[in-house]
Amino acid sequence: MSVKMTPFKHLKAGMLAVSIAVSGAFFTAPDNVAKAAGTLTFGNMGEPASLDPHFISGVWESRIVGNMFLGLTTEAADGSIVPGAAESWTVSDDGLVYTFKLRDHTWSDGKPVTAHDFYYAFQRILAPETASGYSYLLYTIKNAQDVNTGKAGPDALGVKVLDDKTLQVTLEGPAPYFVAQLVHYTAYPVPSHKIKELGKEWAKNKGAVSNGAYTLEEWTPNAQIRLVKNPKFYDAENVSIDELIFYPQEDRSAVLKRVRAGEVDIQTDFASSDLKWLEKNMPEYIRIAPYLGVYYYPLNTSDEILKDPRVRKALAMSIDREILTDKVLRTGEVPAYGFVPPGTGTYGQPSEVPWKGLSKDERIAEARKLMEQAGYSKSNPPTLRLSYNTSENHKKVAIAIAAMWKKALGVKTELYNSEVKVHYASLKTRDFQVARAGWIADYNDPQNFLNLMEARNLSKNYSNFNNDQYNTLMKKAEIEVDMEKRDEYMREAEAIAMAELPNIPLYYYVSKNLVNPRVKGWIDNPADVHHARYLTVD
Amino acid sequence: MSLLAKPNDRMAAVLDQQQNVDMEEVAGRSLWQDARIRLMRNKAAVVSMVILAMITMMAIFAPWLSSHPFDEVYWDFIQVAPNVAEGFWFGTDENGRDLFVRTLYGARVSLMVGLVATTVSLIIGVTYGAFAGYMGGRVDNLMMRFVDILYSLPFMFFVIILMVIFGRHIFLIFVALGAVEWLTMARIVRGQTMAIKKKEFIEAAHASGVSTARIIFRHIVPNILGPVIVYMTLTIPQVILTESFLSFLGLGVQEPLTSWGVLISEGAKVMESAPWMLAFPATFLAVTLFCFNFIGDGLRDALDPKDR
Amino acid sequence: MFTYITKRLLAAIPTLLIIITIAFFMMRIAPGGPFDAERQLPPEIEANILKAYDLDKPLYQQYFIYVGNLLRFDFGPSYKFRDFSVTELILTGLPASMQIGGMAILIAALIGISLGTLAALYQNQKTDYAIMGVAMTGIAIPNFVVAPILSLIFGVYLSWLPVAGWGDGSARNLVLPVISLALPQIAYIARLTRGSMVEVLHSNYIRTARAKGLRERLVVIRHAIKGALLPVVSYLGPAAAAVTTGSVVIESIYDIPGVGRYFVNAALNRDYPLVMGVVIFYATLIIIMNLIVDVIYSFLDPKLRVNG
Repeated sequence: MSVKMTPFKHLKAGMLAVSIAVSGAFFTAPDNVAKAAGTLTFGNMGEPASLDPHFISGVWESRIVGNMFLGLTTEAADGSIVPGAAESWTVSDDGLVYTFKLRDHTWSDGKPVTAHDFYYAFQRILAPETASGYSYLLYTIKNAQDVNTGKAGPDALGVKVLDDKTLQVTLEGPAPYFVAQLVHYTAYPVPSHKIKELGKEWAKNKGAVSNGAYTLEEWTPNAQIRLVKNPKFYDAENVSIDELIFYPQEDRSAVLKRVRAGEVDIQTDFASSDLKWLEKNMPEYIRIAPYLGVYYYPLNTSDEILKDPRVRKALAMSIDREILTDKVLRTGEVPAYGFVPPGTGTYGQPSEVPWKGLSKDERIAEARKLMEQAGYSKSNPPTLRLSYNTSENHKKVAIAIAAMWKKALGVKTELYNSEVKVHYASLKTRDFQVARAGWIADYNDPQNFLNLMEARNLSKNYSNFNNDQYNTLMKKAEIEVDMEKRDEYMREAEAIAMAELPNIPLYYYVSKNLVNPRVKGWIDNPADVHHARYLTVD
Repeated sequence: MSLLAKPNDRMAAVLDQQQNVDMEEVAGRSLWQDARIRLMRNKAAVVSMVILAMITMMAIFAPWLSSHPFDEVYWDFIQVAPNVAEGFWFGTDENGRDLFVRTLYGARVSLMVGLVATTVSLIIGVTYGAFAGYMGGRVDNLMMRFVDILYSLPFMFFVIILMVIFGRHIFLIFVALGAVEWLTMARIVRGQTMAIKKKEFIEAAHASGVSTARIIFRHIVPNILGPVIVYMTLTIPQVILTESFLSFLGLGVQEPLTSWGVLISEGAKVMESAPWMLAFPATFLAVTLFCFNFIGDGLRDALDPKDR
Repeated sequence: MFTYITKRLLAAIPTLLIIITIAFFMMRIAPGGPFDAERQLPPEIEANILKAYDLDKPLYQQYFIYVGNLLRFDFGPSYKFRDFSVTELILTGLPASMQIGGMAILIAALIGISLGTLAALYQNQKTDYAIMGVAMTGIAIPNFVVAPILSLIFGVYLSWLPVAGWGDGSARNLVLPVISLALPQIAYIARLTRGSMVEVLHSNYIRTARAKGLRERLVVIRHAIKGALLPVVSYLGPAAAAVTTGSVVIESIYDIPGVGRYFVNAALNRDYPLVMGVVIFYATLIIIMNLIVDVIYSFLDPKLRVNG
């Protein structure tokens, strides 16, 4: 800035700059709505940590990578599990050995996809020096945990290449959900030839080799990720959309404006406070569907007050879940009286809390009695700290529950919010009384939820629940081949948990998408997976 | 004050100096009285003071002004528009709590934060800046490098660590905000001090053995009050809004308490579906800032040694 | 002057080292680590990861490793965005932030100083009140409110401009973010300019100059503006550093691939190398800006000529 300028020149120059900016803007034709018919744009709600399937952990990453890679099995348009890179497979009678026959298909650079690529991928993600954060999902494979923790060499892993097109996987125990697990990105193949050539850089540049319906065209951090159709994809003739653009923007109300302006076709989450407005103004966009996830409050069972199961039960009983879902959240969430979301695997009806049948008044009367037995009353109420990580939703729920506890039991609740890293650090060290937590299924099986209360699950059993019967039942379920019996064990375990209530279930999640009606072929499903290969746009 | 010392301005500079000397001798005790009289003659400032006093009173007596407690949740009135029949004059928020009484409770926090943090930053900033500017040379250099360091440190971690060491307390907000907001104030004051310290009346005071502290507070500070007051009125909105960011981190006010910054950022998210949630707290904040601004201008005029 | 600048630049090295050291240990004291998340890692996996990033070593060793790498201009990998190095992330984000921030601060300085001067010339008249009213509104309404309103009006209702997005930096995508960034700065600068301009216009040397028959305009140009700019320049130094390094609010509302978001997000993610990267980058900018400010001082007022 030149200080020699006179103020009047300043003024003129300033006005000039503004008028240039303004006229430039106003006289350009508004073309932001027009878009190539073959392009689909996503408001993806997060910048990916990586596009290497071995280093991701979020749904926003899986949404991109899921369009680039094809696992042994994959999701159909309705989320059901169908053969992917494997054409077919056989299972041994003891449920331990899976033999996969690979489909004839190639990487996007034309090199055939072989069983060696899968072998390489499993070895890579489980090697300790790879330091993959999500490798533990594959611990169903024989010796995977020992390999991952360096207790066994890579050769011990239960994965074998029988020939170029045949892969054999041996499991640690019978895990009927294994095929369902294979749709997960931790089980995607990776192009060994490219990783050996390019190292860490292989997945971030244009033309990164993949075997799915789309390949990477451009990744500008925090701006956009562009995928284009992979002509070498085995089913390329049935892929209609040519280009996918993922915007990383996280601000939900800002993305909603882009949906309204036609800049974004699919928004993968929206605020519940916007629902009323959306229902009035753009109802044809709204896609709400049950989702395999549970929102719950762990109670620290090592805490002086909360180690008493009567207090835990009273707290759980005095929460009016219907008010929570119908009035506070209002986006179709389902009140949770059990821990496993309905529709999980073959599980059927979850074991719910025994007092679900009581009326609201009866529940509160019972809860008050329990508190009195535990030595508290309205004039002598306990004080609890409720920790939650900063977010609109968590705040609303916490305020509502604090109000319910105060009204029903006189419990004084101190609301305590912190940023997400601090929140989970305090869960890890068990430095909390009541906290907010949630779990979204990694794979469609009740075990994935119920292991959150197993004593051996040190990292995620936040409430420090340690019930011998529960632990035994879960171990029995783990080695049971008969699906019905297995489910029965887990239902028994869940019933124990719902009587002891180390975790108070609050509601089951829903997926909330906004989908421009020009997008066709979208089928709501509980996994909330919608690969673009099945979609078309007008 | 003169910032230029071209030879043909010397005359003016001498006049300036004499005026200041006069003020020192004659004004004495009546300096503040005099300022008060002149402030009271400024209409905008007086009206602003009245409005501010009203807002403050409303904040203090908030519990008696509304039939609704600030933390009561009304399940049947979630996010409803202003409804006089039910006593929700400003409507309700996403949890069905009365926005009117919450806006008044928010005023408590925001006014406190605005006043205390600004005062802290004013005291530290002016003292530090004037001292650095007056001493000059190596002392100034060292002091300003320290300011550079503080500017550059990640504010968020500073705040988080305060929280870890002292636990969560609302007074930490004042400390945290005051501790960062004084930096620009110090730089402005230092610049102004450097500009006037070579003036004859300062040098005369120095030569006659007046102590450094006395020179700074009696001679320098009164002569640079203009930019100080203006920047002070600019600091108030900054701290009030930064507080909402601290609340986001968990350091600011904790639910169910609230502040204007928090209310506005909640309202901004629903500006189309629930405009009242933005409009009311934003209006209160805007009116308050206008008032501070007019009072600031009035103060500046009243304290200006040249107009006396 | 040249020796002065060289000296200051040399002094920047120890200053930076102090900043790096404090920031490094400060962020490590804060609770929460880079790998704490909703999906807590089993301990053995966390051990694998900590080892991969040398985080299992004692803190002082990590510090020396970090500083050692810095000497080779290696800022390390980002923990969060593991496919990119810190250098890559900052360099890809910088152009967007610089472009928007640079334009915004330039526009803000030009318009702000002009408006402030105008208001001062018509002190306590309608023009003054009008300008200052608008300026105060600009300050009172935070940018997390202004930005969504602008994109709602011009993007959604009128469809004149994109709601958000970068579009490779085309002019249409720049307009709204630049305006949103510039608005509060215009207000701040106008307030500051007016304040000190009023001060200068009241001083005797300007009165004398007028009495000597020079035309008012010339008086303003020749004398007043220089003196009045001093506090504005003091403010502009750090403000320019802050604005050109991007704003997390503007970048997330308009989806701009800048570096501003890293200042908050890297800290929230406990992405230690990225935090250090932006701290060093910002510190360098602050040091340079404040050096420039001090140099400009001596142009504005020869008495402030810095002595080497």
